Amino acid sequence: MANNQWNIEEVSSIVAGLKDKPGALLPILHGIQDHLGYVPPETVPLVARELNLSRAEVHGVIGFYHYFRDTPPGNKTIYICRAEACQAMGSEQLESHAKRRLGIDYHENTPDGEYSLEPVYCLGNCACSPSVMVGTEVHGRVTPERFDEILDEMQAKP
Amino acid sequence: MIKVYVPRDSSALGLGAETVAEAIRAEAGRRDVKIELIRNGSRGLYWLEPMVEVDTPTGRMAYGPVKAKDVPSLFDAGFLEGKVHALGLGVTQDIPYLKTQERLTFARVGITNPVSLEDYLGHEGYRGLRRALSMEPSAIVDEVTESGLRGRGGAAFPTGIKWRTVLNTAADRKYIVCNADEGDSGTFSDRMVMEGDPFVLIEGMTIAGLAVGATQGYIYLRCEYPHAHAALNEAIESACAGGYLGDDILGSGQAFHLEVRLGAGAYVCGEETSLLESLEGKRGMVRFKPPLPAIKGLFGQPTVINNVISLASVPIILDQGGAYYRDFGMGRSRGTLPIQVAGNLKHPGLVEKAFGVTLREILYDYGGGSASGRPIRAVQVGGPLGAYLPESQFDTPLDYEAFASIWAVLGHGGIVAFDDTVDMARMARYGMEFCAVESCGKCTPCRIGSTRGMEVIDKIRAGQDRERNIALLRDLGETMLAGSLCALGGMTPYPVLSALNHFPEDFGVAAADKAA
Repeated sequence: MANNQWNIEEVSSIVAGLKDKPGALLPILHGIQDHLGYVPPETVPLVARELNLSRAEVHGVIGFYHYFRDTPPGNKTIYICRAEACQAMGSEQLESHAKRRLGIDYHENTPDGEYSLEPVYCLGNCACSPSVMVGTEVHGRVTPERFDEILDEMQAKP
Repeated sequence: MIKVYVPRDSSALGLGAETVAEAIRAEAGRRDVKIELIRNGSRGLYWLEPMVEVDTPTGRMAYGPVKAKDVPSLFDAGFLEGKVHALGLGVTQDIPYLKTQERLTFARVGITNPVSLEDYLGHEGYRGLRRALSMEPSAIVDEVTESGLRGRGGAAFPTGIKWRTVLNTAADRKYIVCNADEGDSGTFSDRMVMEGDPFVLIEGMTIAGLAVGATQGYIYLRCEYPHAHAALNEAIESACAGGYLGDDILGSGQAFHLEVRLGAGAYVCGEETSLLESLEGKRGMVRFKPPLPAIKGLFGQPTVINNVISLASVPIILDQGGAYYRDFGMGRSRGTLPIQVAGNLKHPGLVEKAFGVTLREILYDYGGGSASGRPIRAVQVGGPLGAYLPESQFDTPLDYEAFASIWAVLGHGGIVAFDDTVDMARMARYGMEFCAVESCGKCTPCRIGSTRGMEVIDKIRAGQDRERNIALLRDLGETMLAGSLCALGGMTPYPVLSALNHFPEDFGVAAADKAA
């Protein structure tokens, strides 16, 4: 969902629609990331101006939260749960399998721009560990074989 | 029309519930059978998900775990009449795992259509609010105090006392904030409620608003829960349309507005003051206390901040009375706890029981022992900041004080079991690593201590100057326990030192060296 061709009007209208909410910064950052897949650093001055904050404050908030990113993601972001319940069911093997299969480490994109890989600390799917989320879709009981199936199914879809 | 239930719970969806629902709809169409397909929450029997239910004259019959390819054979066998099939589980309510539970907070989860206001009302919904509307604010608080309800997020602070403080603090504007940043590993009861019965949370928050004089509520939801987000927004919309939220609740002249706000993947925002900072649009840095949020909370105003399960337990307390709820449980732990059974277990799921059930009963009678078939060696209770318990402590009853007496915590009621392949020194290192990744950075013991902790454990595992480094790790644990601003740094020593105390052999030291 990465969109490198974002334009300032779109971002301005997202900011304008949310800026009057109390504590508007997180909703605005979510709005921008939902739309563009990331929060481009070039949007920071605009957001700062509209909320009467310093650029440093906005930058600091983006940097604080794991979910916000300032570089474009791959077309699909794969999150692998690293928390204890998943570890108890073999998520470590899954992590190394996924990194091998995709040829990337955490916080990286595949060279074709198709996938990003991110760690996540609990998806609340702990009764069906190990867990993976692709975009907003959770998958449970993900063995390395199941992980390959999920990738194959995605590649089969146009 | 025959009612067929296929869960919309995200764990069930993660196991293929959506394709099962589509297959059932398509197969019914092919056979020209009229069915009403209802997307319910999960009953919490996760090893049986996707679990399909059919309404029959003898009650709801369950089948599971169902895959899309099983659907034609279910129709052939006559599952719409509740007939026998290899996946048949009998009458849902009679499945022992469910039958022996005490479901108060979870009374409707898995039974109703979560986003249907009509269904909620048809299952005793909004009776608590109706009663609350006829009461003085102080009497509502008294009812909650009498119930003995303590914060289910983990801190176990008496809810009634918190509410009383907010009620007694005069201000033009007060807030109700629901902490739905359920970040603890092994916990999913908040998610199940929000996806499976969002109205009960909305009702609980509305009652809290009436009790303390707050007119605005926020649900701070972690962004890892997109399905809960959708269900909450749908339910809030119907509650507004039905007059249960808004400027004039059920014609009482009292207002309560509710909005869902998303977090952004920071575990520390489950800490209440960090959550408030985040809601205000800032970095989630922990605040000094005092002032308490009850006096100076969101935007500097008096604020009730409670966990999802605490607030979702309020409607039944108002409906049935505080004494009814209080009569469940043991000691000072009153009522029920939705226990989340996870990790290496055969039957993971949601077990709501009165306090007092033992860990062993949960692990074996409900959990069915390990999924791998190997012995259960360690159990972490209460999330990533909870202690690891060895087999010798499995007879401890689930009770706040009983856990405190063995230097452990109940937390949010999550239980994660590990079999004997676990390396506890590795888990201790992970405990420090997690703290380092998630620390907000405000206080030194947490920010620096966690990284130093990882390094020290690495040295211990490498056999480097073991005795001195273990002494150093214990000393660091003391500093973090006593010197951290919040529970993240302050409780990371629980998993780390409990692993060292109970499983010293994994750190390369003989059990005889055990020292608390």
